[in-house]
Amino acid sequence: MDYVVAALVGCFVALGVYMLLSRSLIRMLLGVVILGNGVNLLIFTAGRLTLDIAPIVPEGVGHSVGPIANPLPQALILTAIVIGFAMFSFLLVLAYRTYQALDADNTDTMRVAEPEHAPNPTLSY
Amino acid sequence: MNTVIFRTIAPIIVAIMLVFSVYVCLRGHNEPGGGFIGGLIAALAIVVLGISSSAAEARRALHFDPLSIAGAGVLLAGLSGLLSIFNGNPFMTSIWLYLNIGGSIVPFSTPMVFDIGVYFVVFGTIASITLALESENGEEL
Amino acid sequence: MAAENLPSAMIETVTHAAAWVIVLPMALCLMGAALLLIVRKYSGLGFMLALTVVAGIISCETSLLLQVMESGPVGMTMGKWLPPFGISFTADVFGASFALTAAVVTLIVLLYAEADRPASLAGDGFYALVLLLLAGVTGSFLTGDLFNLYVWFELMLIASFGLIVIGGRPVQLDGAIKYGFLNFLATTIFLLSLGLLYGLLGTLNMADILRVASLANPAAMVGVAALMLLAFGMKAAAFPVNAWLPASYHASPAAVSALMAGLLTKVGIYALLRTLVILLPTTRDALEPVLVLVAVATLVAAPLGTIAETNLRRAIGFLVIGGIGAVLAGIAMPSLTGVSGAGMYIFHAMLTMTALYLVAGLIEKQTGETDSRHMGGLYASSAPLSILFLVLILGTAGVPPLLGFWPKLLLIQAGLAEGDAVGGLLVVALLTNAVLTMIAGSRLWTHIFWRAGFIPDAPLAEAPGRLHYLATGLLTLLIVAAGLWPNPLFEVVRIGAGDMVNPARYTAAFGLAELTP
Repeated sequence: MDYVVAALVGCFVALGVYMLLSRSLIRMLLGVVILGNGVNLLIFTAGRLTLDIAPIVPEGVGHSVGPIANPLPQALILTAIVIGFAMFSFLLVLAYRTYQALDADNTDTMRVAEPEHAPNPTLSY
Repeated sequence: MNTVIFRTIAPIIVAIMLVFSVYVCLRGHNEPGGGFIGGLIAALAIVVLGISSSAAEARRALHFDPLSIAGAGVLLAGLSGLLSIFNGNPFMTSIWLYLNIGGSIVPFSTPMVFDIGVYFVVFGTIASITLALESENGEEL
Repeated sequence: MAAENLPSAMIETVTHAAAWVIVLPMALCLMGAALLLIVRKYSGLGFMLALTVVAGIISCETSLLLQVMESGPVGMTMGKWLPPFGISFTADVFGASFALTAAVVTLIVLLYAEADRPASLAGDGFYALVLLLLAGVTGSFLTGDLFNLYVWFELMLIASFGLIVIGGRPVQLDGAIKYGFLNFLATTIFLLSLGLLYGLLGTLNMADILRVASLANPAAMVGVAALMLLAFGMKAAAFPVNAWLPASYHASPAAVSALMAGLLTKVGIYALLRTLVILLPTTRDALEPVLVLVAVATLVAAPLGTIAETNLRRAIGFLVIGGIGAVLAGIAMPSLTGVSGAGMYIFHAMLTMTALYLVAGLIEKQTGETDSRHMGGLYASSAPLSILFLVLILGTAGVPPLLGFWPKLLLIQAGLAEGDAVGGLLVVALLTNAVLTMIAGSRLWTHIFWRAGFIPDAPLAEAPGRLHYLATGLLTLLIVAAGLWPNPLFEVVRIGAGDMVNPARYTAAFGLAELTP
């Protein structure tokens, strides 16, 4: 099972990197999301995949009975998902605004901050 | 989307979703649910309202600025963590208060206050982002 | 497994209110930001409120620093759970003093921004975002848990993102896109390395990692450390992955550039220092060739960028990158002197880079130009500005007795003490960097101030206000004073570097020393 999920993580990361290499903003955005999901899956796998019971302490016992699943990776992933979601929505709004303002979805044509034909430095001094 | 049926039903859906979001938020400590998911449901309710009428209408229905709601949530969550300074515990230590109201024990705790804070944060943030995306005239977040 | 045999998981001792100085800076920052977000429509209130909050943070952090200097690193773990279960905050001398410097820089930038911001921009949440940024920076400096570090990094990223786009001019949006994507990628790579580290060690608490890191598979650990080097290198804008910094820093208003130049890359390089020197020292040895190469390349390439660039603030962006090279050189030589030099350079870079951007903002205001080719003759119309800029440029190049000189001295001492080819290479690179920075800086100064002016006093230009000069002058005065009396700073970095090279006191602050691996 671990190997299958590990391979899946690899696929996610590869796909994410591939999408990020694109010049279209929207594709890059999707690439970031896929990469992030790959990483979340990796954390989940790193916490060991087991078929144990849920990590809930039974009423009145005070400690867990028998082996339980590791709850920490789920807390980590939840945090990472929330943050990733916030970043994604922020980038989405930004990409939309940029599309409105610069009329560009292609990063090659976005040259406002770094002009394409930058002047040569002065030769004096 | 702007059909008569949808416009008529939307306020009812929104009301049900808002009540449900509060329910999900409050059951969160020991059962599935919590402030985050509750806030998401509430934000979705506002989105439904925005789709059925307009983003400006949804803003007016909210009465408060969504980002201010998010700010109030952070403030609430932070205050709930700071309370434990008074009983000699580290930051974010939970304090429980069991109140006997009408024969049933109702637990009040700082995690619940924190969760309500999270509810407002998520609600405010998501609502402000979606409303900014929905409105046409490119206003600032 | 009976319940009574389990070790206790909860803290039983009473936490005194005085111990709260370690979390109060973050809590104050976040709650202040929230309050500012609520009242952001009431102009005038925001500035005073932000100033009060930052002043409160500075007083908390001063008392924290004094406490740490006296009795060694302190820690606090959230919610009474014993580490490594609870999320820990730990302050050692480096963390506390960097956090304090960050708060001071923020205070100065707030003063400058108040003079700089047009009234039309009131109500855009600027002050809330500044405090949010400060919360992220302070949290990164004071946290004792790697996952928590990731959270603070993202908070910082979101806040800086918001700050770049305030105003919404196309150039800002363009800069923000590049800044946002590359930095988000960097934090995702950091998260990836965290996932692998957790899989290997089963813990992300820094002191706990220190305890068990030597037991893990060394080859896998090198992979994790390499990912961290890439992630933090991107955040710090080290040479091959620095493209986002000159693309975005000049887009936003001067105050925002100054704040980001002073804080963001320094947090990245500090995280690198912490992970590679304290947490994973064995992997650092394996990565040494890469570190040395990156350090040398950054040191040499960055000032060349300054020479080639005509946009003033972009040119200064390359100076920021050059400073990162010097800190990397210190990380590549983790002796007591090397780490001291790296730490001291971070102080210098935080203060000087902020001041440089503030002065650049004043120059742009005065001339109405952003391109250094079109400036000139400013000396005649604004002598104080030219003196400020000259002092800061000399400080960046490392001319004694300014603050930039002392960390470079320490780093060169460390390189000579290494006594091998690597140390020699780093010393040569550091000296080359100093010479090139001197050339680049003096060229900028000559072009802007000394050369016959194209527009000595253009009608468009706007004279900087008194508050502008107060903020910039205060910061420059601080830099000069710290350069003339470097002894307290030497004391700070000596203790800080001592705790980094030998982290026994650091682990003890978590109360983990007595647990056996």
